[in-house]
Amino acid sequence: MVATGAVAAVGGAFVVWPLISQMNPDASVLAMASIEVDLAPIAEGQAIILKWRGNPLIVRHRSKADIDTAKAVKPTDLLDGVARNANVKEGEAATDDNRIVDGKSQYLVMLGVCTHLGCVPEGNKGDFGVVTPNGTTGGWLCPCHGSQYDTAGRVRKGPAPENLPVPPYKYVSDTKILVG
Amino acid sequence: MSGPSKYQPTSAVGKWFHERLPIVAFAKDHALDFPTPKNLNYWYTFGGILAVMLVVQIVTGIVLVMHYTPQTDLAFTSVEHIMRDVNYGWMLRYLHMNGASMFFIAVYIHMFRGMYYGSYKAPREVLWMIGVIIYLIMMATAFMGYVLPWGQMSFWGAKVITNLFSAIPFVGDSVTTWLWGGYSVDNPTLNRFFSLHYLLPFVLAGVVILHIWALHVVGNNNPAGVDVKGPGDTVPFHPYYTIKDGFVIVVFFMFYALFVFYGPNYLGDAVNYVPANPLSTPSHIKPEWYYLPFYAILRSIPDKLFGVIAMFSSILILFFLPWLDTSRVRSGRYRPIFKLEFWIFAVVCVALGFIGSKPPEPVYVFWSRILTFYYFAHFIIILPVLGLMETPKPAPNSISDDVLGKSSLMPAE
Repeated sequence: MVATGAVAAVGGAFVVWPLISQMNPDASVLAMASIEVDLAPIAEGQAIILKWRGNPLIVRHRSKADIDTAKAVKPTDLLDGVARNANVKEGEAATDDNRIVDGKSQYLVMLGVCTHLGCVPEGNKGDFGVVTPNGTTGGWLCPCHGSQYDTAGRVRKGPAPENLPVPPYKYVSDTKILVG
Repeated sequence: MSGPSKYQPTSAVGKWFHERLPIVAFAKDHALDFPTPKNLNYWYTFGGILAVMLVVQIVTGIVLVMHYTPQTDLAFTSVEHIMRDVNYGWMLRYLHMNGASMFFIAVYIHMFRGMYYGSYKAPREVLWMIGVIIYLIMMATAFMGYVLPWGQMSFWGAKVITNLFSAIPFVGDSVTTWLWGGYSVDNPTLNRFFSLHYLLPFVLAGVVILHIWALHVVGNNNPAGVDVKGPGDTVPFHPYYTIKDGFVIVVFFMFYALFVFYGPNYLGDAVNYVPANPLSTPSHIKPEWYYLPFYAILRSIPDKLFGVIAMFSSILILFFLPWLDTSRVRSGRYRPIFKLEFWIFAVVCVALGFIGSKPPEPVYVFWSRILTFYYFAHFIIILPVLGLMETPKPAPNSISDDVLGKSSLMPAE
């Protein structure tokens, strides 16, 4: 009785696991995991949005004003003090330098997936960009629930809990990156 | 069901069959002879409407699947193909699409009726809780169905709702990846939503049978909220309530047809006629009308995890309603303060729905917080305290007295 029950329980668990596991990303999804991006055509102040792993990837060529504004932010003003950059050590502080790779401050590469509920934040909007006579540049505003990000993609106004994530990427040449 | 069955097979074949499977007796006892309080008003007809709407949704859904393709490149165009090429495809889709809204209109009336007349109170707690489960399954089914046309609102609705699970501490991201079958809402997500959207209505049908079973164990509540005391208080379900329910179903179908034929997209969102684009979120994203109050509660809290907890709690709290309401008087008719408070609560729910449809601007956020507070206060503070403090009016001694307009001189129990 006990032996039968025990064998049935273990057997049941072995059958249930494939039924659960089949819902995880399959081999074809995992295969298309990296893309190469040429940064040269992106003019200063311009941002492009590409698709990476089904998600929007924002690549912005930042102006000096963008970078200076981001560097001037005090750590205490950040809602999320962690870099959220897959290319630096986990838990590093969210300084502007920790949001980029290889010291190339002009290129900000991050996922355009609001850390609240996943909408795509709109660029050059919100209260945390650089105010110019021609309107705000840099900074992102999520249209769904009003979260705001600064010129380094760090969350500055909730409900989003985290900075926009920087995916793993590396420079394969001076102006080319491999994401993923 | 009390007492032995009144069914007596008359033919030899009927007798032979009855001895092997007494299904005819079962149907006669539960669908025809079932003793039903004789004072039920029209608010009690929405259960019947809901049963019919479930059948309408299953039938129209099955035929729509004969033409629909659950693949991200083809889903949107296959729905347009249904609308333009398939014979009567436009009508079948509009029936299904508006049928969902009609289903929710009926379920909300059914639920508020239960709250007003205290239908969740002993001995109907289990009946009420099965009803809450039905409501939860309905919400999941409707959500997944809305994703299938793969329009902009389908896609972004799916993304926002599945992302609610990413608020779970530690395992949230793994759970959402598992739900999506990828790193974002994509083809695997659409496939599994289609599978589950086809499955859940049949699960729903099963749970509805449990709901009716539980109803037939304890019997109907009634507007007077007093127990059935004898055969004089009831009438057989057929013909008295088959005709009453039948009449209301016909009227309800006229209302339904008004939307299907004269305003088929009135309850929907025009943005969903734009194909899904994973790189651009529509500027005003909002769920279908029947989720709006909960969406407003989600947005009223400026923290991701607590917003999600508040939203789920606002629904799950219904499970505890039978124990939160401390009043021993069942029907709101004999509770003067509750009666007033009930309507305030109903208005609060509608107002939350209105705010849920608006962008998250400061004035709406402000009001959504006040109303969210009231929503929870209704369940956690007002109902428990009111039941202890309120002096109820005398309830009638019996259902027959209620029908005859006699009110007892004795104070209510």
